[in-house]
Amino acid sequence: MDFATLAPFLVGVIVSGLVLGFVYAIIALGYTMVYGVLQLINFAHSEVFVTGAVVGFEVFRVLGDSPMNGYLKLLIALLAAMLVSGLLNVLIERLAYRPLRNAPRLVPLITAIGVSLILQDLIRIIEGFQGRFDLTYRLPEGFSTSFCGAESSCAPIGKFLGTVGIQLQLKEVMLVVVSLIMLGGLNYLVNYTKLGRAIRAVAQDRVTAGLMGIDANGIISLTFLIGGALGGVSGVLFGLKFGTVNAYSGFDPGIVAFTAAVLGGIGSIPGAVLGGLVLGVIQNLIGVTNILGNVLGLANLGVIDSSYQRIGAFLVLVLILIFKPTGLLGRSNTEKV
Amino acid sequence: MKKTSILALTLLGSLTLGAASAQTTIKIATLSPLSGGQSDLGTQIKNGAQLAVNEYASQFKRLGFDLSLVGYDDQADPATGTAAARKIAADNSILAVVGTLNSGVAIPSSAALAPSHVAMVSPANTANQVTDRGLKNMNRIVARDDAQGPAGANFMVSKLKVKSVYLLNDKTAYGEGLAAEVKKALQAKNVKISGDEGTEEKSDFSAIIQKIKLTKPDAIYFGGIYNQVGVFLKQLREQGVTIPVVGGDGLDSEQMVTIGGKGSDNVFYTTVAAPAEALPAAKTVANNYSKTFGKDIQGFGLFGYDAAKVTLQGVLAAIKANGNKLPSREQVETAVRKVRATGLLSGTVQFNSVGDRQSAKMYIMNINNGKFTLDSTISVKAPTQ
Amino acid sequence: MTAVRPGSQPPTRAPDRSLSLIVLAIISSALLLISQERSWLAALPSFIGNILKNPLVASLVLTLFLANLLFAYRWNAQLWAKLLVGGLSLFLILPWAGRDNTSVFDLAIQIGIFAALSLGLNIVVGLAGLLDLGYIAFFAVGAYTWGIFGSGQIGKVMTYFKENGSNGPLTLIIGLALLIATALSLRAINRVKGKRTPAANWGFLLAALGLVIGVILTVRGAVILASAGTALGSGVNPNFFWLFLILAVAAAASVGVLIGLPVLKLKGDYLAIITLGLGEVIRVLANNLSIYSNGSQGITPIGSASVPWLDSLAGGLGFSPDQYNLFFLYFLVLVIIAVIILVNMRLDRSRIGRAWIAIREDEIAAQAMGIPLVQTKLIAFATGASFAGIMGVIFAAKQTFISPESFILTQSISVLSMVVLGGLGSIPGVILGAAVVTILNISLLPSLGEATANLNLPQQVNPAQLQRLVFGGILVAMMLFRPEGLLPSVRQRRMMHEDDDVAGNLTPQDSIAGELNPENAAEVYSPGIATRADNERGGGTQ
Repeated sequence: MDFATLAPFLVGVIVSGLVLGFVYAIIALGYTMVYGVLQLINFAHSEVFVTGAVVGFEVFRVLGDSPMNGYLKLLIALLAAMLVSGLLNVLIERLAYRPLRNAPRLVPLITAIGVSLILQDLIRIIEGFQGRFDLTYRLPEGFSTSFCGAESSCAPIGKFLGTVGIQLQLKEVMLVVVSLIMLGGLNYLVNYTKLGRAIRAVAQDRVTAGLMGIDANGIISLTFLIGGALGGVSGVLFGLKFGTVNAYSGFDPGIVAFTAAVLGGIGSIPGAVLGGLVLGVIQNLIGVTNILGNVLGLANLGVIDSSYQRIGAFLVLVLILIFKPTGLLGRSNTEKV
Repeated sequence: MKKTSILALTLLGSLTLGAASAQTTIKIATLSPLSGGQSDLGTQIKNGAQLAVNEYASQFKRLGFDLSLVGYDDQADPATGTAAARKIAADNSILAVVGTLNSGVAIPSSAALAPSHVAMVSPANTANQVTDRGLKNMNRIVARDDAQGPAGANFMVSKLKVKSVYLLNDKTAYGEGLAAEVKKALQAKNVKISGDEGTEEKSDFSAIIQKIKLTKPDAIYFGGIYNQVGVFLKQLREQGVTIPVVGGDGLDSEQMVTIGGKGSDNVFYTTVAAPAEALPAAKTVANNYSKTFGKDIQGFGLFGYDAAKVTLQGVLAAIKANGNKLPSREQVETAVRKVRATGLLSGTVQFNSVGDRQSAKMYIMNINNGKFTLDSTISVKAPTQ
Repeated sequence: MTAVRPGSQPPTRAPDRSLSLIVLAIISSALLLISQERSWLAALPSFIGNILKNPLVASLVLTLFLANLLFAYRWNAQLWAKLLVGGLSLFLILPWAGRDNTSVFDLAIQIGIFAALSLGLNIVVGLAGLLDLGYIAFFAVGAYTWGIFGSGQIGKVMTYFKENGSNGPLTLIIGLALLIATALSLRAINRVKGKRTPAANWGFLLAALGLVIGVILTVRGAVILASAGTALGSGVNPNFFWLFLILAVAAAASVGVLIGLPVLKLKGDYLAIITLGLGEVIRVLANNLSIYSNGSQGITPIGSASVPWLDSLAGGLGFSPDQYNLFFLYFLVLVIIAVIILVNMRLDRSRIGRAWIAIREDEIAAQAMGIPLVQTKLIAFATGASFAGIMGVIFAAKQTFISPESFILTQSISVLSMVVLGGLGSIPGVILGAAVVTILNISLLPSLGEATANLNLPQQVNPAQLQRLVFGGILVAMMLFRPEGLLPSVRQRRMMHEDDDVAGNLTPQDSIAGELNPENAAEVYSPGIATRADNERGGGTQ
């Protein structure tokens, strides 16, 4: 194998890793928002995310036959998922976390796990009443068309992209665009609005923020709303990219996304995004290590294949945290006694 | 106070309900995951068995027995499965078990059931170890890995004329065992193995697909279950890879088409269940299933139905041999092992001395344009013990 | 820790309940035995017989019987009554019921296993305050340690190395050399005072990596050397089981140290996610290193020791030969649990136990008081791991089969929920937590489904399918109602209520919280691990 075939291969691997990374990034943001204000690992976020995916599925199912514009359908799906997931997240906070605001930290962690178990079964039951378990997205025509391959009918730019190994589908481009819009919006909201300042204040010090006239509980609810809405978006994007979800498919991406949030520095918004992208790329690179090993003549790398994808990401996390114990972009606050 | 006593009485009443009839109760248990991520597959097994039980209930009634089914949940976890198996062993009215879904659960549970001679008929376990241990109570109606694997490999070589194959598996006892047998058979035929790896990933297969595009194999063998393979297929085809994909009986499901969409074209799988068109009975069962449970039947439902039918015919034989009286568990165990079960969706079942199917027709099914068609038939024999 | 302030907890002793304890024990034991003994059941009127045969009722009876042990522990009763009830329940009634229904044994052993796991995790999480989400990995290490050697797998490994291994002595020597060199350098790096330089970090990393490679090479070399000599077709002699109980402790503890070394510098949730990851690493390795672990196919059959006099005792008591193993394992679990509890009680009051708690409360202050951080944390990790290791051996022997699917992440989370549910840092609490969760998962919730099997409920609302939902609900409810756990540790409770005695005097902290959040003013005020930090910032009472 020579460089000419290997280079586009690697580019392809990295690009698909980046696309995957955007999904992780948006899920990770949901974790990080909640963690930022409450220092709580919201284990139920993976189910909030699946709820979004299910809502998206239902929207595309109901609107499947209507001649409506595909982009409009996607917009409706995104908005509906944001609304439902956001409200669900607020509800979870109200019922399962707020009463435990002053309890030891591990206690809300366990209720989060409990809520996550409840939601998994609830989703299964609701869809089960209609005879469904694996929910397959019914996407509008054309969403899956590849942006451009090596075909001759391509525009020159597309052809160029195809030869260097970038072969994106329309839905993947949409995924990236939607993610970027969400990221930009969130960044603006948190850093440049009064509300954002309130969120940051509560995250910094709940009690003092309260003294300054901020309704801390309201802000916490709002943060859960935003985090849930992000979860909803990521659910729809997940369904858009992979096509199939079921009540239990939130667990794995949830863990990876949480890892991404930690990798980037938990509580940091740009960190979550960076962590997601890095993990996406690393996962894909580890998946192809055996090929690279063969090419580079390192036969021992041949055993590292896609079955190591997940733990490879964890090992990278260990490496990074040894050098930066607070993640890539996390701040280290000096502790005092 | 009065209310409480009424409540207590109703409670008592409802607790004794069902057991109050004068007839002797015979119970069949299913052991499969009913909750958690694999609950869909496990529920199909239970529902399939329930259909068979419903079908046979009147026949048992005539002999003076109340037939019922109890579904036990193993949560796809070996320890939970063993605990459930021990409970089954303690309930004397349970004469036989249909299960399990996972070989990892079947192995310890059948060992726990063996001392109390509860016969077990598996609708899904293909791992060689399941029957290689030579337990008297463990039987299965599906083809072993080392029958199914070579069948798939032979098909790829002789029909698809492949020179190189990319092997994938789902890192479970089922998929990995199957893929390992396929690999062995392919290597014996000097077919190039372009890749051989497992993945637990359920959604994202981009790295694997990039590798497949790079190594350009003639075919892919995926040892896995339809809900993972379907997702893989969709992404594979979207990336423009159209080579045939072959798998085992885990792909036997209409869901392949629902999940994979156009991606499920050019897919083949090996199974012992006859195609629905070939058997009018299959259609009736499928209709019954969707009427009873509000869901479409899938492969595991069919296998669950068949396994339960084999079990029930075994129990009937034991009843007959015992002069129409309630047989002991030992008698049922022997009768199931000796049964010649007919009227199944997967042909006639007879077990060999360790509980494998003596000889079975294996069908190679083809999915194209959303339709399942029979490609070819091979007969396989259980390895002689 | 805060001393007991005078009058803070007025000693209101409950009335003596020896009699009710004994009566309850007799009733529940009788019910249990009747519900398991078929001939007795048959003698009863069919109405009562049918009720007792109902799976839900049988499960409730079993739960009530096990609850006796809790009552014996908690109730204010004469010591002799407590000992009588506890002893008879554990040594007579339970084995008796287990003879007729092995699922009782299975449940008891499973509770024992999880109780030990919870006690181990309690040291790591409850005492040392290190959130470990990959704890089940150590259980896996123990299970595989015996699983590989106690079955034909070791024969396969040896055959493999006989055919493929080369130069055993050299591998062994290189491995050992690497092991010693890296261990020494790790120690040296850890001794360096002051802020870590990047060079030290790299050195540490390299040394840790070298240590892992050293261990691998050493083991490999030893295996190659050994394989040249013997062939172990069906595993080692079952009597080596006893040796492997100790070896598993050592193996799990070493893995605990190996995992702990690189990551114990991390704090809080960073540590949580790393341990979660490393737990997965162990499972994936078990799934991928098929030469040793037989991969996803799992290892079977795994043997177990047999004690002739115990077997003949069991035989004399009417147990059938296939039950000897369970009988033996049940008593072995009892002994091990007793030892583990003793060790825990000693640790709790020892110097190291206080060091752990000091670290949990405030790392920097603890360090300032001269507690070596890494070393103390490593000991916590290793001790916790060793309990899991020994129970792994029992698990392998009980199941006679192990495969990676028994050691998934959900199991780690499940053990954590037992610890928190029972009461962080409380020895009786975590044992109770383990028992409650195990009984719910294995006995009570499944019996709901079995009891309703004949009611033809619609599929979607069938209790057989809703176990996890119900379990999740119970988890949430219990935590909401008892955030301190079912049996909080005395120390913890004292801390949580340290302001209670100042009757009517709201501390500044409380009043702020109250103003902020009026509807929550009545909530349990419990500055646990987290709110310590809040206290600092709030400028509270300290």
